Amino acid sequence: MKTTKHTLVALVEDKPGVLNRIASLFRRRNFNIESIAVGQSEQSGLSRMTIVVDGDDAKIEQVRKQLDKVVEVIKIMDITDEESVARELALIKVRATPSTRGEIIQIVDIFRANIVDVAVDSLIVEVTGDEDKVDSLIELLRGFGIRELTRTGRIALTRGSAGPLLVEEPKEVKVLRQPLKPPREETESPPDW
Amino acid sequence: MKKTGAQILCECLVREGVEVIFGYPGGAVLPLYDTLPQYPQLRHVLVRHEQCAAHAADGYARATGRTGVCLATSGPGATNLVTGIANAYLDSSPMVAITGQVATPFIGKDAFQEIDITGITLPITKHNYLVLNAADMSKVVREAFYIAGAGRPGPVLIDIPRDVFQQETEFIYPERVDLPGYKPRLFGHPTQIKKAAELINGAHKPLIIAGRGVIISKAFAELRELAEKAQIPVVTTLLGIGCFPETHVLSFGWLGMHGMVYANKAVQDADVIVAIGMRFDDRATGMVSSFAPKAQIIHIDIDPAEIGKNVRVDVPIVGDVKNVLQVLNEQIIPKEHMEWLSQLEQWREEHPALTVRETECLIPQYVIRQIYEVTHGEAIVVTGVGQNQMWAAQFFFYDKPNSLISSGGLGTMGFELPGAIGAKIGRPEETVWCIAGDGGFQMTIQELATIVQEGLDIKIAIINNGYLGMVRQWQQLFYGRRYVHTRLWGPDFVKIADAYGIAALRVTDKKLVTSAIEKAMEHRGPFLIDFVVEPEECVFPIVPPGAALTQFIEMPQEDRVSSQSQQQR
Ligand SMILES: Cc1ncc(C[n+]2csc(CCOP(=O)(O)OP(=O)(O)O)c2C)c(N)n1
Ligand SMILES: [Mg+2]
Repeated sequence: MKTTKHTLVALVEDKPGVLNRIASLFRRRNFNIESIAVGQSEQSGLSRMTIVVDGDDAKIEQVRKQLDKVVEVIKIMDITDEESVARELALIKVRATPSTRGEIIQIVDIFRANIVDVAVDSLIVEVTGDEDKVDSLIELLRGFGIRELTRTGRIALTRGSAGPLLVEEPKEVKVLRQPLKPPREETESPPDW
Repeated sequence: MKKTGAQILCECLVREGVEVIFGYPGGAVLPLYDTLPQYPQLRHVLVRHEQCAAHAADGYARATGRTGVCLATSGPGATNLVTGIANAYLDSSPMVAITGQVATPFIGKDAFQEIDITGITLPITKHNYLVLNAADMSKVVREAFYIAGAGRPGPVLIDIPRDVFQQETEFIYPERVDLPGYKPRLFGHPTQIKKAAELINGAHKPLIIAGRGVIISKAFAELRELAEKAQIPVVTTLLGIGCFPETHVLSFGWLGMHGMVYANKAVQDADVIVAIGMRFDDRATGMVSSFAPKAQIIHIDIDPAEIGKNVRVDVPIVGDVKNVLQVLNEQIIPKEHMEWLSQLEQWREEHPALTVRETECLIPQYVIRQIYEVTHGEAIVVTGVGQNQMWAAQFFFYDKPNSLISSGGLGTMGFELPGAIGAKIGRPEETVWCIAGDGGFQMTIQELATIVQEGLDIKIAIINNGYLGMVRQWQQLFYGRRYVHTRLWGPDFVKIADAYGIAALRVTDKKLVTSAIEKAMEHRGPFLIDFVVEPEECVFPIVPPGAALTQFIEMPQEDRVSSQSQQQR
């Protein structure tokens, strides 16, 4: 069973309970959502959501189709294999003594990150980038002692002028492509009456 | 003109064509109940337990294809609906459930009879709403009915706080529903339909597996045309029973755990399967990895999320069954599959599941067959869950479209009586037989009062085996005959019926079965027959859980009915 990290992006109505409906479909299948980021989109009343979840391809596709049925979900796509730009933001509070401060500032510069708060014995570093970049910076700063850390999780947009998640009537029904004959999978033993 | 929230709700229900509401009052819905008399077009049926309001709305919806409506108060009223809503959800039954809620200032404060019913029903509804302003009411109700009935039908819940019922606002009825996020695909993709036609035209052993989607889509004629045009044998799912005449030469029963051996064999041997409006439930497929090993599968369903969910599909077609079949049928080349059909006939002769065996004692299969004989199949049968359900599905032949109503996906004992109430109210001109288990009947027995109060002419047959029969059967076959807590004492059902004012008979002697059924049919008004049957009869054939469809167990050759099982009950 192939499991990969998937990025789903969704355009959803900005209404109470929507996040709950979406999260609940993942919970039911015991998926652990790695990150979820929601915010306003370019269209008023609609939010754009980026969900990162690890799971087997077929199962994720099944959830995606279920999510597509949620009334408030206008559109949802798995952009894992699409050309896209993905970023996240992290705030890292790192211990800084007079002797380490210079070294930290150097690292922050190399990563084109910013120092957004300075205290007597600590600094808050702000970094934006893809996960690898954020991960490596965190790794480097760990040596100095990280006091607090927060990450937004991934947000993503596909490249090119016409995003696939623009609201418009679908011109043609997308035909599901499925591998010709993968072995049939056995589900767990069925429940009793 | 200004109207209250309750009036707006009623106005909308009337505009949706609602003719009956199954409900139960309470504090939070009192303003609505107080308004109901202003709308005499809305018949209200007072049930005796809210679970049965939902089941009756569900039975009504299944019998008519129209959206059923149930109504309950906040808190316990709402939670009592839950099983019925789940039942409708799993069998794709269109329903709008209306619940009262505590007044808006009290929401979230654990107020008296406050429960988060939209939270509770989130995974068992297609959608749900909490209406916080009377101004939103008409839009919400309009959308709720649209969602419940459109695409793959299902339940929608509307939770309404008490003060919202009382708020006054301008009544504006939305002319259109605009839901950008819910647009079911109704027409199949032409390329896919063409592929399907090619596959069918080239098949040597084609087989149709037809499910409840055919009934929901009312594609009876289209299905028949497809089958007859290319001489394709038809098997149905349990819930598909009644989508194709069972006495038709091309009908080969239904598949699955208690399906006919020849139906299951056909599935396992077919080279092309046309699965129509069905969802490859585990009770139908047996072990998935060995399901239909030789077949290319065409799957027609309105719900894209069902495609490829359980089994691998070669040609998926998303669309309404009726629309898809209309286009598909045009591309089908008339054919005869003599060899394949005679193979199926041979299996049918080798594995006759549907002959009632000769016995001295009273067996349940005989009861069902006699109901079929006496009614000439002119009845809607509503079943319980368990052995009675399987026998009712096996030993009655369903030729009339949509004539079997049964809880499949959730398998809810107790559905039979309220389900029959809904069916009878939806199709009052039809004879309705409720086939109940003695266990299931005791779960919703209180609805006898509803039947009497509403004057409903429902015939009830209790298949009284003194056991939670289906569970006992599993204990017998898979748990070394240890009948742990499945022996079931029951009251004197005839006296019970009598106390409710319902005519009733007990039948213990096989010779009296037919005359009792005739008597029930002649009687004007409800009639109950307590059939005291062989306690340890089993449903055969059975494909053990997790086994392949070919690994069926048939009724043992030796006459199972021994003196030992005829002991005093
Ligand atoms: C509400 C509910 N509880 C438990 C079950 C599990 N169950 C399935 S069949 C069955 C026995 C049903 O007994 P009865 O109604 O007498 O029908 P019989 O099988 O004897 O015909 C039980 C307990 C169920 N399906 N539904
Ligand atoms: Mg029983």
